[in-house]
Amino acid sequence: MFEPPIEPDREGGFHLRLSDGERELLRTLPAELQALLGSEPDDPGLRRLFPPAYERDEEGEAEYRRLMAGELLEGRRAALRLVQETAGRDRLTAEELDAWLRALNDLRLVLGTRLDVTEEMYEAELDPAHPRAYELSVYGYLSWLQEQLVAAAAGDLG
Amino acid sequence: MTGVASAPAELEIERPAEREHVERDRPWIVVVWNDPVNLMSYVAFVFQKLFGYSREKATKLMLQVHNEGKAVVSSGTREKAEHDVARLHAHGLWATLRQD
Repeated sequence: MFEPPIEPDREGGFHLRLSDGERELLRTLPAELQALLGSEPDDPGLRRLFPPAYERDEEGEAEYRRLMAGELLEGRRAALRLVQETAGRDRLTAEELDAWLRALNDLRLVLGTRLDVTEEMYEAELDPAHPRAYELSVYGYLSWLQEQLVAAAAGDLG
Repeated sequence: MTGVASAPAELEIERPAEREHVERDRPWIVVVWNDPVNLMSYVAFVFQKLFGYSREKATKLMLQVHNEGKAVVSSGTREKAEHDVARLHAHGLWATLRQD
């Protein structure tokens, strides 16, 4: 029988049910993205994490960057750190789940941009002979897990 | 002649001020753009969470982004719109602001 990876508990938190392999992956991937954030600011995948706020107003955009870039970067780092630190847990608070959602989404954004994913890809089956089959399967796993986390968190909003 | 000359002068004084007023009052809008990575369920969830929209309204806006490529999700002063864009960026959504 299929048991969902995450379910609300009676104390306003969430019960987390993941295999050791999944937990290991959820420690490794955020660490890799943290390293990338520190060393490769021009990586195209990272650019997707920091899109422009103004389309045609360069001055407005420069001001937005000046005001927000540090805070946005720090928020991303904090969420990634939290997933690394709580990947072994059996329970998450609602706040921790929120950080998981943002961190998982960031991982998917960077990986998805690198893999140049399309909307049609979600319906296609993964070809094991694809040269990037491993990364595609990781992306698929993260998408599946995030879908489950969103369902759990959305249930809270009503 | 005096009468004729004074009329445009008056208009010239009033017009720029009025234009400025209208310029200032035109609301800023926040646009969310479609992208191939963000999950539809996640996008609707973020609209609900950040703007307090009902599930119905959040889902409708998400579908508009998905089907039409973009949707206006909030509006207001420039400060409010910029704040909303920053919160959407923090959640990984592709959002921009502009004056309507």
